[in-house]
Amino acid sequence: MKLRTNRRQVLGGLAASVAAPGILTATRAYAQNPTIKVGFVTPSTGPLAGFAEPDDYVIEGLQAALAGVENNGKTYAIEIIKKDSQSNPNRAAEVAAQLILDDEVDFITAAGTPDTTNPVADQAEINEIPCVTSDAPWQPYFFGRNGNPAEGFQYTYHFFWGLEDVIANFTNIWNDSGVPKKVGGLFPNDSDGNAWGHPELGLPTPLAAQGFELTDPGRYQPLNDDFSNYIAAFKEAGCEILTGVMIPPDFGTFWSQAAQQGFQPKIATVGKALLFPSVVESLGPRGVGLTTEVWWSASHPFSSSLTGQSAGDLANGYTTATGRPWTQPIGFKHALSEVIADVVRRSEDIEDAEANVAAIRATNLSTIVGDVNWSNGPVPNVSKTPLVGGQWQDNGNGLELVITNNKHAPQIPTGGETFLLG
Amino acid sequence: MIEWVNSIVQGILLGGLYALFAAGLSLIFGVMRLVNIAHGDLIILAAYMGLTTIVMLGVHPFVALLIVIPLMAGFGYVLQRGLLNQTLGDDILPPLLVTFGLSVIIQNALLEIYTADPQKLNGGLIETASIPVGGLAIGILPLVTFAIAIVVIAGLQWVFYATAIGRGFRAVSDNQDIAQLMGLNKAHVYGLAMALALGVVAIAGILLGMRTSFDPSIGAGRLIFGFEAVIIGGLGNLWGTLAGGVILGVAQTIGAKIDPGWQLLAGHIAFLVVLALRPNGLFPRVEH
Repeated sequence: MKLRTNRRQVLGGLAASVAAPGILTATRAYAQNPTIKVGFVTPSTGPLAGFAEPDDYVIEGLQAALAGVENNGKTYAIEIIKKDSQSNPNRAAEVAAQLILDDEVDFITAAGTPDTTNPVADQAEINEIPCVTSDAPWQPYFFGRNGNPAEGFQYTYHFFWGLEDVIANFTNIWNDSGVPKKVGGLFPNDSDGNAWGHPELGLPTPLAAQGFELTDPGRYQPLNDDFSNYIAAFKEAGCEILTGVMIPPDFGTFWSQAAQQGFQPKIATVGKALLFPSVVESLGPRGVGLTTEVWWSASHPFSSSLTGQSAGDLANGYTTATGRPWTQPIGFKHALSEVIADVVRRSEDIEDAEANVAAIRATNLSTIVGDVNWSNGPVPNVSKTPLVGGQWQDNGNGLELVITNNKHAPQIPTGGETFLLG
Repeated sequence: MIEWVNSIVQGILLGGLYALFAAGLSLIFGVMRLVNIAHGDLIILAAYMGLTTIVMLGVHPFVALLIVIPLMAGFGYVLQRGLLNQTLGDDILPPLLVTFGLSVIIQNALLEIYTADPQKLNGGLIETASIPVGGLAIGILPLVTFAIAIVVIAGLQWVFYATAIGRGFRAVSDNQDIAQLMGLNKAHVYGLAMALALGVVAIAGILLGMRTSFDPSIGAGRLIFGFEAVIIGGLGNLWGTLAGGVILGVAQTIGAKIDPGWQLLAGHIAFLVVLALRPNGLFPRVEH
């Protein structure tokens, strides 16, 4: 037989071969072992690496539960593809784009401060990929991305707490202590510092409304080597309460200098710097008694919808596996996968991004960090989890973050009383 | 009034730390015209070496210096002879790029070994103790830091101008080829200079680790203060480096007194003013 070709056949053949990859990808769902790919952007290295420390433990612990998730009578395996943002927002956007365009993920997730969540969510919104993020207060997430509360975002969803919860917890701790209401504020010139110190949206207005007198000398540059002017101002104003949102090295510098120069507040409640046990331990005996916000702990009365583990099981499992004390991001990392698995289960058409987004929007799930439900958030696309106040206390064989104030979220039990410093 | 005096005193003491950051840079640049971008990360490396020593032997950070200084000095010698000497030549760019790469490598190696946890060297009581002087509280640790800075600079000055090694340093600095002809082994002299510089880096690292908590990523931020102190004081002049550190420290605390946001800005402005008026620094040793 003679092979005859003409222009039309050649063009047709070309078109078919060009189109083939597209058709083949589209038929992936009919393969033997269908997989749902979930991208996960996390700051494994760099200054934010503390947030990403439990990633491997959490992902490993979920492998069995994620291997078979049912959707419309078919069983899917959920595969998590982890990429390092290197704590850099530009890099976070880059790896998010890679996940979407090269790995062709069905969902994308991210966690660990607005520097990770925002660029990833922005990429997801542009590329119309359903996205769920956590571990960043909702104001910098929503307003930092120029969100409009009337419209919200189409593809990107977030669960965490907000500044109003931090303020409520901090003032609860201070009010209950009976210490004179004179507060010294340390706010750096970064996105968190400017948000917390903002005259209307930050701490100043609600503090004034509750009768607290705030001394705020101004914004310092992060990685400061000298806080003597702050200390002088706080001493002059007679501050008995210290607050702020600082990175750990800055708090370390400040805290030693304050001791040198005789500034001894009765209460020090500082955001961000005191989240991780390693940081507080590095302060030695002067770390005992510091207070901070608690998003998640081993004693939170919640359990996983995927594995059935309680918060305590998950936290203690981490300590057993790594020999390190539990940290707060563990719960939220776990909850991200819980939400995704729940969405996969409920989605009307797992191949369709719109159906998946609709399933995210309809989420009403009790996770290991509390209820996630996007229908009753402060703004669209945001679901709030409970926040309480805690203190680093010495339990005999090390420091432990004990929940000491639950007025803002009474469903979470306290484990002790706040004591004063000094 | 007393607050201003306080700002200036704290600034002077802070200047001691900056001078220690800068002394090693000044020395290396003075001897071999090498701009060491990895200097800040080497300071952090020294702080981690101090941490390891303290944890393993249970000693005070000052005692750890006895181990960290020789270790860092040895590392400096090997680094110089094994790597940096290969890059030195007429072109200033290759050593710059190599030290930049070194900075990235050190940072990530520390991250691998020690994780991102902030660490602190526990100096015990000295960290929080202070002496009251006429209404001011002068912290013992900053005071000790400043005293150490003076001793280190004086020591370097002595090495440079009163010893055979120092004569070697000055000779290769003035003209490498002729120094070589006179029987000095350039590679060895450079190695010794780097060893000396990293010995100073070890001291700076331990003192920084006692003053603040550190993690693998904060070294680069410290580099700029070192550079500024060197430039303000004048290249190659060690006492000038101390003066540069003090000027930078005082400019920062006075700036912060006016508004905390101006702390770093005031330091940078002081640096730019000096650079504009005296491009060779306030006390240049050699006129080019």
